[in-house]
Amino acid sequence: MSNFRVAGRGRIDPQTPVKFTFDGKSISGYKGDTVASALLANGIHLMGRSFKYHRPRGAICAGSEEPNALVGTRRGTGQFEPNTRATVQEIWDGLEVTSQNRYPNLSFDIGAVNDRAYMLFSAGFYYKTFMWPKSFWDKVYEPFIRAAAGLGVSPTENDPDKYASRYLHTDVLVVGAGPAGLASALTAARAGLRVTLVDENAETGGTLTSEPQAVIDGQPALAWAEAATAELKTLGARVMTRTTAIGYYHQNMVGLCQKLTDHLPKPDANTPRERLWRVRATQVVLAQGALEKPLVFDGNDRPGVMLAGSAQTYLHKYGVRVGDSAVILTSHDSAWYAAFDLADAGTKIVAIVDTRSAPAAELLAQAQKRSIRVLSGYTATGTEGRLRIKSVRVNPVVNGKVGTAETLPCDCLLMSGGWTPSLHLFSHTKGALAWNDDMQTFLPDRKTEDCEIAGAGRGLWGIAAALNDGAQMGATVARHLEKEASANEFGVEGDRPGTGVSHKELPTDLNPGKARAFVDYQNDVTAKDLRLAVREGMHSIEHVKRYTTNGMATDQGKMSNINGLNIAADALGKPQPKVGLTTFRPPYTPTSFGAFVGYHRGDHFEVTRKTPIDSWAEENGAIFEPVSLWRRAWYFPKNGEDMDAAVSRECKTTRSAVGMFDASTLGKIEVVGPDAVEFMNRMYTNPWTKLAPGRTRYGLLLGDDGYIRDDGVIGRLSDDRFHVTTTTGGAARVMNMMEDYLQTEWPDLKVWLTSTTEQWATIALNGPNARKLLEPFVEGQDLSDEAFPHMSIVECTVAGFPARLFRVSFTGELGFEVNVPACHGRQLWEILWEAGQKHGICAYGTETMHVLRAEKGYIIVGQDTDGTVTPHDAGISWAIGKNKPDFVGKRGLERPDLVAEGRKQLVGLLTQDGITKLEEGAQLVLDPNQPIPMKMVGHVTSSYHSDAVGRPIAFALLEGGHSRMGETIYIPMPDGVINAEVTGTVFYDPKGARLKL
Amino acid sequence: MLLVHCPYCEQTLPELEFTYAGEAHVARPDAATPVSDEEWRNFLFIRNNVKGPHYERWRHFHGCGRYFNAVRDTVSDRFLITYKVGETRPELSDLLEKSK
Repeated sequence: MSNFRVAGRGRIDPQTPVKFTFDGKSISGYKGDTVASALLANGIHLMGRSFKYHRPRGAICAGSEEPNALVGTRRGTGQFEPNTRATVQEIWDGLEVTSQNRYPNLSFDIGAVNDRAYMLFSAGFYYKTFMWPKSFWDKVYEPFIRAAAGLGVSPTENDPDKYASRYLHTDVLVVGAGPAGLASALTAARAGLRVTLVDENAETGGTLTSEPQAVIDGQPALAWAEAATAELKTLGARVMTRTTAIGYYHQNMVGLCQKLTDHLPKPDANTPRERLWRVRATQVVLAQGALEKPLVFDGNDRPGVMLAGSAQTYLHKYGVRVGDSAVILTSHDSAWYAAFDLADAGTKIVAIVDTRSAPAAELLAQAQKRSIRVLSGYTATGTEGRLRIKSVRVNPVVNGKVGTAETLPCDCLLMSGGWTPSLHLFSHTKGALAWNDDMQTFLPDRKTEDCEIAGAGRGLWGIAAALNDGAQMGATVARHLEKEASANEFGVEGDRPGTGVSHKELPTDLNPGKARAFVDYQNDVTAKDLRLAVREGMHSIEHVKRYTTNGMATDQGKMSNINGLNIAADALGKPQPKVGLTTFRPPYTPTSFGAFVGYHRGDHFEVTRKTPIDSWAEENGAIFEPVSLWRRAWYFPKNGEDMDAAVSRECKTTRSAVGMFDASTLGKIEVVGPDAVEFMNRMYTNPWTKLAPGRTRYGLLLGDDGYIRDDGVIGRLSDDRFHVTTTTGGAARVMNMMEDYLQTEWPDLKVWLTSTTEQWATIALNGPNARKLLEPFVEGQDLSDEAFPHMSIVECTVAGFPARLFRVSFTGELGFEVNVPACHGRQLWEILWEAGQKHGICAYGTETMHVLRAEKGYIIVGQDTDGTVTPHDAGISWAIGKNKPDFVGKRGLERPDLVAEGRKQLVGLLTQDGITKLEEGAQLVLDPNQPIPMKMVGHVTSSYHSDAVGRPIAFALLEGGHSRMGETIYIPMPDGVINAEVTGTVFYDPKGARLKL
Repeated sequence: MLLVHCPYCEQTLPELEFTYAGEAHVARPDAATPVSDEEWRNFLFIRNNVKGPHYERWRHFHGCGRYFNAVRDTVSDRFLITYKVGETRPELSDLLEKSK
């Protein structure tokens, strides 16, 4: 046992020694230690280097608010985490810990040259120092700054850990399991409520683990905490430790991050590392306590300078004395007790230096009893010691004048600038804060959520006050939930209530411009920086914050906010409440991305929709492409074909024999009801009244702004039933739009809408042999051109399956689309595939479908239109029913801009060399010799090689395109200008003879 | 995450089940009768964008599928009321009185 370990003290298990490594060196501790407590027990204070100046730093506190002691931890391959707080990470055998932001090592760091050049790195130095020459920013300044400043390095390997997430509903959520939280939870649980109590520490008790001298209702404090926790569990309460409430959202939803395995040497492989909880609580009690503030003076950041309350925690929770000879520097009574406890444990207290001129007589008496020297009415003006504090310089202050300095040798300096209620979660709710002038801090004021704040969180000091207030708040929330509840009055002995004062930076007899008096340790912001920011015109606290980065580090200013505010307020000559506080935002402490991502990673990031025929395509070597959430067969390469070769073969086979295509992803909506035809008349541009049952029509859907939204072939099955198809990507949007109009504009129409996209498997057969292939399988319908002409629909059976059969074509060839119930899709596909062999069948994918439709001039909504294209622009105004009184988009089409000249219109393009294929998205210009930036008049929307046409073909949206037929336009590309002729959009079989075979 | 009361299901449920659907009480002019360009522009594009109580539409998408109306304060993100399609637009003064 090292000489800093105090036998019999603390919550560690002295029977279980633990070894871990720090920068490769083996360090011993005990089960229950954190990295910080184990290092301190070995006399090591130096744990890191600061962000900007690379100053040596040690742990300043014992909790999650730690700004300095950030380390890297490695638990295994891919399990490296940077910026872990050494004060939180529990140790286990084999844990690898490394220090950060230093080179070559922690004791000798070349980057510390920044500290000598500190005059350069004052507030706003980015904006001032590196302004010019401009070209230096990318090449010199930024790489330099990035290399020199920073904290840990990002992990580079994939994270193999699992992360989980869960929902929880609870009557009362209590955040913080210190005396106030425990008393609240007990009171509410005893009233019969479902209670959830969470705490970020490994065990409950909160401040009681640092104050074991207290006796609560006759029981030692820790025994009371254990009994209270046990009773809570008996009452059915959920007690969650190592669980941080990271954010407080609307209507009492609180996010929790529960750490499950970071403290275990060999976690179960099935246990997630962290679990994110979304808790919906009817009532919330915030019992987060208070955070101790540092004092601001020159050299207040050397290793060995620490918060007094944290030294007390290390002593009582971990059995660790943080040094052999300590100076206490304080403006609050609480630090006196840390001095007394440490003195009793064997640390020499060199002096208690209090900034107040008249400390309480009871404190002075206790100090005298222990022969501790007391300097009251003093300030601290500097410290010495490179890697560890060696001495502190203190001066008396009389009538505002700083007197002669005295140097006190020490190996640790324990400071307290008073306590700040932890109101981060309360601030997440936009709860209002009110400045309390007596306490010199903000306290919770107007609430926006169903919550109560208990204990030190609302400025109440001492264990009795916390317990009694906790019980009161527990009873209050119980009464809100209509339960009988009474608040216990606790009897506490050995309580140490106290008071203090709040300071700006401490007065000094030295040049304050040279003082390295840190306010924000993690971002290396000094008091001088804050005053400079105000002098340079930053008058809002939000500007001061951003200019200096005070409070912007990962600790979100837990320690620095009030000190920063005091200094800024002083510099501005305004009282603190007039300056105001910056906003706290979730998460309360840094939280891993894994916790937020949870299960949504890899294959679970997004669903992949597959058609019933997808498995056949996969077995037959299809290459797939994603189309919205669908995975679709893109092309079917044979014998090592590349895409161009495969598509060329698929196109040729389909045009000369027959091709088979899985069209199951087409959106399908069943529109049914006595008013179905009227509904269709109002939704779609086309007239539907005269469409006979058994016939189909190309339907065009606009928005009320007049722009094309979707299209698809629509079949009328009977007077009151339509089979509507939509684009693959547009199905859900169209369904929503239909529901919106039906429910809110035309609730009088008797129509029912059902999405049937996934109920049907759709197989398209195209090509001159399509009829010959299909005919033998169809019962109940003569497929001849006379009996079943182009644009027909019938319900029949195909290969014995009930089917809806369309005669329709998206290729320009004789075509059929067979819809059968999805469960029969693959079976029918295989039957047709087998039978198709003698007709020269091929399977084709989406790329061939695109080429074939483009050859025929069929547009794809969303590719050839972009949300600003009218039917006229797209050359399909024939689809508009001119005599209908109204339809969605009718009035929109008359808007002045939609009938104006010079709109972008869809045209065909043929490159003049007959060889070059244009790039989709390429911009069009009228004059290729104009100076850059050229005036762009449109862009290519679709472009393919076409075997049927014998040259590449393209569509483009072009300003005034319809009146530029035959003109040459130009496509400037990086390697030269391409000329193209403007044409119509139909390149193949313009009379449609092949459809009528 | 908000809790939303569906006036059709008569249940208060998590926001995840709902989708937002823009400002409420924007009536589509009867396009069968003459409508001025300005009137149609207003219907398409002009919205109140209020700071404070906002009349808006929601849909219980992963539930009954119904659209309904709501008044939500855009500052506090609190619902003052939700009500069915076709019901009269509630007076703001009544709502504010009730929420006190």
